[in-house]
Amino acid sequence: MTLPLFGIADSCEGFAREPSRIVVRLKSPDTEPCDDSDFSLVKSTVDLIRSIEGKHHSIFVVGDSLDTPVSPSLFNRVISLPAKFDYLDTGDILGIHIPTKKFRTLFRRSSRHNSFLVTERCNNYCLMCSQPPKDIDDNWILSEIKRSLPLIPKSTPTLTFTGGEPLSDWTDFIGVIADCRDLLPNTAIQVLTNGRAFANSTIVDAWKAIGHRSLIAAIPVYAAVDYLHDYVVQAKGAFDETILGILKLKDRGQRVEVRVVLHAHTAPIIAETSRWIARNLPFVDHVALMGMENTGFALANEKSLWIDPIDYRESLCEGVQTLAAIGMNVSVYNLPLCVLERSIWPYAVQSISDWKNGYVEECTKCIERSRCSGLFTSGRPRQSRGISAIR
Amino acid sequence: MARFANVEAFGSPSGELTLLPFNFERTGNAQFLVSNMVGDFIRLTEDEINNVIDLKLKPGDGLYERAYAAHLITGTQQKAQQQLLALRLRSRMSFLREMTPLHMFVVTLRCEHSCPYCQVSRQSTDRSRFDMSETTAQRALDIAFESKSSRIKIEFQGGEPLLNFGLIQKIVQAANTKSTTRGKQVDFVIATNLALLNTSILEYCKANGVLLSTSLDGPLDLHNKNRPRPGGNSYELATSGIRRAQEALGKDRVGALMTTTEASLDRVDEIIDEYLKLGLEGIFLRPLSPFGFAIKTKQYQRYDTKRWLRFFEQGLRRILDINHKGTPFREFYSALVLTRMLTDKPIGYVDLRSPAGIGIGALVYNYDGSVYASDEGRMLAETGDNAFRLGHVDTHDYRSLVLSDTLIEAISASLTQCAPECSDCVFESHCGANPVHHHATQGDMLGIKPLSDFCERQKGTMRLLLEILESSPKDAAILRQWAGI
Ligand code: SF4
Ligand code: SF4
Repeated sequence: MTLPLFGIADSCEGFAREPSRIVVRLKSPDTEPCDDSDFSLVKSTVDLIRSIEGKHHSIFVVGDSLDTPVSPSLFNRVISLPAKFDYLDTGDILGIHIPTKKFRTLFRRSSRHNSFLVTERCNNYCLMCSQPPKDIDDNWILSEIKRSLPLIPKSTPTLTFTGGEPLSDWTDFIGVIADCRDLLPNTAIQVLTNGRAFANSTIVDAWKAIGHRSLIAAIPVYAAVDYLHDYVVQAKGAFDETILGILKLKDRGQRVEVRVVLHAHTAPIIAETSRWIARNLPFVDHVALMGMENTGFALANEKSLWIDPIDYRESLCEGVQTLAAIGMNVSVYNLPLCVLERSIWPYAVQSISDWKNGYVEECTKCIERSRCSGLFTSGRPRQSRGISAIR
Repeated sequence: MARFANVEAFGSPSGELTLLPFNFERTGNAQFLVSNMVGDFIRLTEDEINNVIDLKLKPGDGLYERAYAAHLITGTQQKAQQQLLALRLRSRMSFLREMTPLHMFVVTLRCEHSCPYCQVSRQSTDRSRFDMSETTAQRALDIAFESKSSRIKIEFQGGEPLLNFGLIQKIVQAANTKSTTRGKQVDFVIATNLALLNTSILEYCKANGVLLSTSLDGPLDLHNKNRPRPGGNSYELATSGIRRAQEALGKDRVGALMTTTEASLDRVDEIIDEYLKLGLEGIFLRPLSPFGFAIKTKQYQRYDTKRWLRFFEQGLRRILDINHKGTPFREFYSALVLTRMLTDKPIGYVDLRSPAGIGIGALVYNYDGSVYASDEGRMLAETGDNAFRLGHVDTHDYRSLVLSDTLIEAISASLTQCAPECSDCVFESHCGANPVHHHATQGDMLGIKPLSDFCERQKGTMRLLLEILESSPKDAAILRQWAGI
């Protein structure tokens, strides 16, 4: 199933005009609020009573299961959401724009895949972008992230920052990573970036100067040839900047993951691209070869991008083996086991975020289901003709 | 709806392209072998290479893609292609960071063998004349510890070094003491014919982590013909010594090297079988040495190279076969060349590097205190040629040895990067300068490469390895393993 990660609240009562954007952390009615952002999560009348007993002044109501409407006098601030957001749980964090009542779920405590969208701006315009870039002033998102970080549990194992291009406002973004270093010292941070910003030595130096202990830049490289990469990302000169960026990061001892999203322009040449990476970038820390999510621009370009993974099975296998042979840490993301050569199963990772992950009828008969990445449920899923239960 | 440009919008027109440095050689009718600046190979037809050179290529024609991925071309505004090449070259050459990791101590010239190709050893019992003195050893050790490497290897040479085992023990002890105070790691190896091996020596080696390296030329008759000694039992002593050492120290703690002579050339299979039988990990199919006996007896002729290449190919193919049948076994020279061809690992092996490894790769401290830039250099000195004598332990320190005019001139005169024939040779990235060899055979540090047997052998082995890599996936898989990929 696909979780609705954003929507419009039914009501937001008791808020001042300013600030118009607030960050909310959901608390159990039984625990005391310890931050102005804490709201008691109310899903039933019992929760409501316990919230009163727990001296909560702010509540967050999900669904319409309350026997009586909440009397505004009992609480300072009340937010209510429709029942379909029932997945929300204590510890989750949301950002809400009060005047429009629009909200986004920023962090889910139970998820292994928490990622922050940093901006919708990007200097690439990838043919298959799942988050089509918009040229808008959305610097408020960074402030929202900054306000969220102190609310995240220190035990969170990993966080991802994505975009758009997270380094669009690089000084602010580097501030966010520095906050992560201080507030979440045990959390591994992954930044999905097109890497072009790192062609600028000032930015790489600033990145290095953060001194984060577990930070990795995940950077896409789509081909060994300049214009093929530039075409996929729709930006002339991008290949040159991206490769330079990778070199400068590694030159300064920073961790880099190379990512290749597989579609009709990249998958048929994946063996060559892998050979090139093995020969020219053997010092990167990880290579991820990734099935494409059929959403965003990928839908607009579906005709030219779609390729059934079963049709690039051999070249993908060759690519993985080439990389593995040089001792590269290599993974295959987003592709179900039944479309992969068995020899590369050990590299396949259950990578699809829980909120957009699913299986099909055929999978119920499959003995590998518990180890299989399954399929995307987001966008307009297309099913490989190779899907067939492993017995 | 979003607007996307089609692929044609992203290619650079020919006017915005420029060539990167590459070398090539004609390999057949209208066929070329091309190597980029770091030695990645690509094959092109004559038309293709002409089009590359004239920059008559455009995105989508297939040639552009191959030439770009192989770093033969770049956009004039781009930097990444050059930076990648620079980085890879830096990695390949980084063996230069380890200055003089190898130090050879000739602890005695005396030997109980009388091998005809050996120029240096003496059948003598006069210890005072032909053994290294303790003071000389101490001075040599000081020099060795002055070298900048974080880890050095001390190799005991002879003569037969076990004839002066007492000194070896003293050097090992002194080096270990220095190692702790200076924070420099030291490894030890004794190059010995094993004839004098006994239990107490083995115990000592085990206790002190000393490796053994010996000579094994092949089957009994061949080995014993090459290596006469009283009793005529060199082979028996060597093979039983290898077995005992393997048992006492571990299989990986003893290695064997062969010396190739005329008589070896028709017997490669038997030679390999000897190594297999002893459970050794592989064999180093070495060329005929131009030093010592071979030169003296005028046996060393250029036509030998062709015979040697046949010997090498036959041996290599047999070794591949052995691997296919399930026994992992390597040919070490191929492994070195392949590592250079298929990876950017820094390989400082003496024949496969330029700048040459003389002095800055290894120093040899002779029994009498004179210091040479290589082991062969010391052998030349025995015939009265002091071209590679750098100085003496009493009068020189590390700095003055490696900065001596003799060494600097020999190294700079022989750089392949700027030598005629080498500088535009398609194999240059994987080859090496060999000033000692060319001085010995041609009287010229650089060497006239078209007349050089070394060059012919390098080209021959690399062509063979490339051909096998390209033509036989089964063999290629083994060869790649040898290169560590
Ligand atoms: S049948 Fe389903 S569970 Fe099994 S491998 Fe294919 S996609 Fe995965
Ligand atoms: S010695 Fe011969 S093979 Fe080696 S680089 Fe020079 S010309 Fe090429």
